[in-house]
Amino acid sequence: MTMPSHTAPTPAPAAVPARPAVDWPGSLKDAATAAFVALLLTVPLVGLRTVDRPTGLSIEARPDEVIASIVLVFLGRLGLGLIRQGLALPVLVLALAAAAVGLALPMPTQVLRLVLVAGGGIIALRAAITLTTGRSKLSQAERDRRMDRVAAKVQHATKYIAPVAIAFAVALPLTPLADRQLLDIGILLLTYIMLGWGLNIVVGLAGLLDLGYVAFYAVGAYSYALLAHYFGLSFWVCLPLAGVLAACSGVLLGFPVLRLRGDYFAIVTLGFGEIIRIILVNWYQFTGGPNGISGIPRPSFFGIADFTRTPPEGMAAFHELFGLEFSPLHRIVFMYYLILALALVVNVFTLRVRKLPLGRAWEALREDEIASASLGINRTNMKLAAFAIAAMFGGFAGSFFATRQGFISPESFTFIESAIILAIVVLGGMGSQIGVVVATLLVIGLPEAFRELADYRMLAFGMGMVVIMLWRPRGLLAHRDPTILLHGGKTPRVNAGAAR
Amino acid sequence: MDYFIQQLINGLSLGAIYGLIAIGYTMVYGIIGMINFAHGEIYMIGAFVALITFLAMGALGITWVPLALVVMLAASMLFTSVYGWAVERIAYRPLRSSPRLAPLISAIGMSIFLQNYMQLLQGARSKPLQPILPGNLTLMDGAVSVSYVRLATILITLVLMVGFTMLISRTSLGRAQRACEQDKKMAGLLGVNVDRIISLTFVMGAALAAVAGMMVLLIYGVIDFYIGFLAGVKSFTAAVLGGVGSLPGAMLGGVVIGLIEAFWSGYVGSEWKDVATFTLLVLVLIFRPTGLLGRPEIEKV
Amino acid sequence: MSVTEMTETPLLTVEHLTMRFGGLVANNDVSFVARTGEITALIGPNGAGKTTLFNCVTGFYTPTVGRLSLRHPDGREFLLERMPGYRIAQSGVARTFQNIRLFGGMSVLENLIVAQHNKLMDASGFAIAGLFGLPTYAKAEKAALELAKYWLERVRLTEFADWEAGNLPYGAQRRLEIARAMCTEPVLLCLDEPAAGLNPRESGELAEILTFIRDARNPNGHRTGVLLIEHDMSVVMRISDHVVVLDYGRKISDGDPTSVKNDPAVIRAYLGEDEDAELPPEVAGDLPASVVHPAPKEI
Repeated sequence: MTMPSHTAPTPAPAAVPARPAVDWPGSLKDAATAAFVALLLTVPLVGLRTVDRPTGLSIEARPDEVIASIVLVFLGRLGLGLIRQGLALPVLVLALAAAAVGLALPMPTQVLRLVLVAGGGIIALRAAITLTTGRSKLSQAERDRRMDRVAAKVQHATKYIAPVAIAFAVALPLTPLADRQLLDIGILLLTYIMLGWGLNIVVGLAGLLDLGYVAFYAVGAYSYALLAHYFGLSFWVCLPLAGVLAACSGVLLGFPVLRLRGDYFAIVTLGFGEIIRIILVNWYQFTGGPNGISGIPRPSFFGIADFTRTPPEGMAAFHELFGLEFSPLHRIVFMYYLILALALVVNVFTLRVRKLPLGRAWEALREDEIASASLGINRTNMKLAAFAIAAMFGGFAGSFFATRQGFISPESFTFIESAIILAIVVLGGMGSQIGVVVATLLVIGLPEAFRELADYRMLAFGMGMVVIMLWRPRGLLAHRDPTILLHGGKTPRVNAGAAR
Repeated sequence: MDYFIQQLINGLSLGAIYGLIAIGYTMVYGIIGMINFAHGEIYMIGAFVALITFLAMGALGITWVPLALVVMLAASMLFTSVYGWAVERIAYRPLRSSPRLAPLISAIGMSIFLQNYMQLLQGARSKPLQPILPGNLTLMDGAVSVSYVRLATILITLVLMVGFTMLISRTSLGRAQRACEQDKKMAGLLGVNVDRIISLTFVMGAALAAVAGMMVLLIYGVIDFYIGFLAGVKSFTAAVLGGVGSLPGAMLGGVVIGLIEAFWSGYVGSEWKDVATFTLLVLVLIFRPTGLLGRPEIEKV
Repeated sequence: MSVTEMTETPLLTVEHLTMRFGGLVANNDVSFVARTGEITALIGPNGAGKTTLFNCVTGFYTPTVGRLSLRHPDGREFLLERMPGYRIAQSGVARTFQNIRLFGGMSVLENLIVAQHNKLMDASGFAIAGLFGLPTYAKAEKAALELAKYWLERVRLTEFADWEAGNLPYGAQRRLEIARAMCTEPVLLCLDEPAAGLNPRESGELAEILTFIRDARNPNGHRTGVLLIEHDMSVVMRISDHVVVLDYGRKISDGDPTSVKNDPAVIRAYLGEDEDAELPPEVAGDLPASVVHPAPKEI
């Protein structure tokens, strides 16, 4: 598109001229317009709150918040406008001051503090960029190129970081740091990393936007729970079965819809995800309905030993087998290693398959389906394979989830869960394995670290998705290195994906 | 027979609501080729604005029902369309030339944001409202009774549809809108302000969704911050069923889905009605991806 | 140049091919043959149905009526009209596209390796043997790399092998697309306007590549026949051995370049003389487009 896409009436020069006259009326008018929009946005929903009273619903006015938001929007917009007109330095000082005020002084609400600090910070950052680069705003392409260079560096550094990170992950439970809470967070993060890597096969490699990945996670979880419940099968029998069942459901669901175009495909997978959830809720006799299934057996030590103090008949106790003091932590540590191993299996699979015809065909399909067909690639089979393999990994993760929680219900498999996994893949940079790890730390790790702000967790999550997409539409660490080189990287390569 | 007619009316009014939301999806898809995932949330905002307006008028002592309804409708359409505009301006416009997935992800983020924004501001509990427009119209010697609200929903939707069709087919705005749908670049070269037209598309879609939100509030008397998701997906189904890009198709799709839901709930059981809708979506996409009234699309080589 | 090889058995036989889109007849009862060791050019004014016919041959459309048979040098025969697109590609028909379709985000070399997908897929045992790094796959990949190098050399892209394909200059992208098609080791190479957008020097290079493909044996010992659609008459007249002319979906002429050039029916079709009165108005409206076409100068 070559359409002018800026409606802002301020002139936006490419480089800051020596000392242009500041267009005060224009800037003020622009800021006032923004403030007016803010007024319209906030009056009904922020300014008037519904309150539950014993007599029924009533309403409460909050004019202060409306005024505060209008003032902040006005100042923020004015600041951004002035940065563009060469007043970056004063704006930088003022924005930093605002952020400092937000940090230091007591505020009526946490939100106001957050807005002051974050808003002031962002504007200050903009101003600082303008001061250092002489440009008010990097163009999308330039920003993309710079980020691509960063991503390339990160990916090349992964060669050295990855063994260290894995060694760290392996050593973590053995350190005195490892208490129950830390291990739980570790398990949670690893579960999402595994899911992210699994979905990355479908979304990142094959380019199929799957909005219902959680369905396979659910199939895996319920497979184990139900097989254990009805047939008393052990976790180690059920883990592969759950993978197989999830893969089968992937083929079953995938077969009719794989020839649909991108967006339609996304919506249909969403529909399938919902269908599976609704079935779980409504098939009361079989799945326990909304109450879910509880008392799911915990895994044993590869069927040899049990983690309880007094193991059942015919089973050794883990601590006795290894001559350790009994500790409930043993099982958690075992679970931690289990999910670490499962996640690494997915990772190794993806890294290897990218160099195989299967993986290359997926990437080719992502790039151009018609050209792929013209080379004799069977589109349906390739996509089905991607779908089934990703589903299988989702199934593994699901049965791990079931055995870790000991309780599952359809609540755990809502659309938002799919959206979170997808966000991890897309924010990290589609197809980037390290991106999944970084994005998981951001999306799951950060909110875990700021539990007191739990109310704002999903709000920030949604906003984060939008902001990262605006900032870098291809994802934070999106960068692709060829899977095979002729010259071993000796000849200079131009690698600006943005040029496409 | 009376039960049948009852369900028919229920289905039609429900379908009218889905249809109104579906128009927003279909117009946006037609003009910028993206699924506005946050549209369901826009409808939810419409319902909340209507509720808050009603409560505010109650606090001001305005209780004359016709006036209250008109003010609710106007306020809801106005404020909601500002939200529609802002969503496009903030989350979609900068991504026009980005990879295809980016705007969709941004839309999903927006949808999650708006849901939680509403939950934080107005609370997570569902909001009950006493019936504003009680009473039934009895037909066939009392065998069938139809609530006024449902009748009003059907009527208002019909009026809006006629007006809206006129707007799109007769005015210069509608012409510009259709031109952008065909070819944005060319329309821009011919002096159409494409950005403005796209903004207006979002505003119109949001206004219609706001009407749907208000109707749901009046019919069911209870809303919460989560109503947008399911209604959004179903309305998108309606848009696909009718043929994406086709306005009458969206309405038709909405009515079909409304009727299926009403009859399914009435004769089979309400637990599985969502499965019926989603299954329909899947079947339509597989066997007739262009929808009932959509134009066929040939794979271009 | 190689008209003497006309005696070779037909590689592609098109018989009574008709393709309708609703009421529109894009191809009407077209029959011709293309042979190994020849470059067969399909020409005609805009809207003559060339691309439609092409898409029928390469499996993107299924013809309404007619038979398309492909006969390999070893005698195997395939009925193309019954196969889905990817099967046709597997049976030895490769193609390029009018608006280049490369895997832009992948490297030049990867484009050529992807083209050998089916061969490698078998060698990797549907990825399972490959996952465990069995030697059969390593060997197959090495062979694939050799073939890719061979064609990189032929289209002079070796030094660009590790570039992102999308970043190549336009002319190089055209050449890469041909190399990619050749990496499928086809018996028939179909080119959709390969010279479009090339400057004279580049189209000269293209002609060289095409005659090389026609005359040389591929690394696997087979030869490849060439079928091309082209608007650039200088290219057509220079390199093609056999020309088929379409107009309004029908074949109006068929033969070697010289005889076709002098065929009155062809001249009429390109210059559109005094038949306008008989044509339906919507078709007549199209005529100026074909008259202003650069081709007539050459004919």
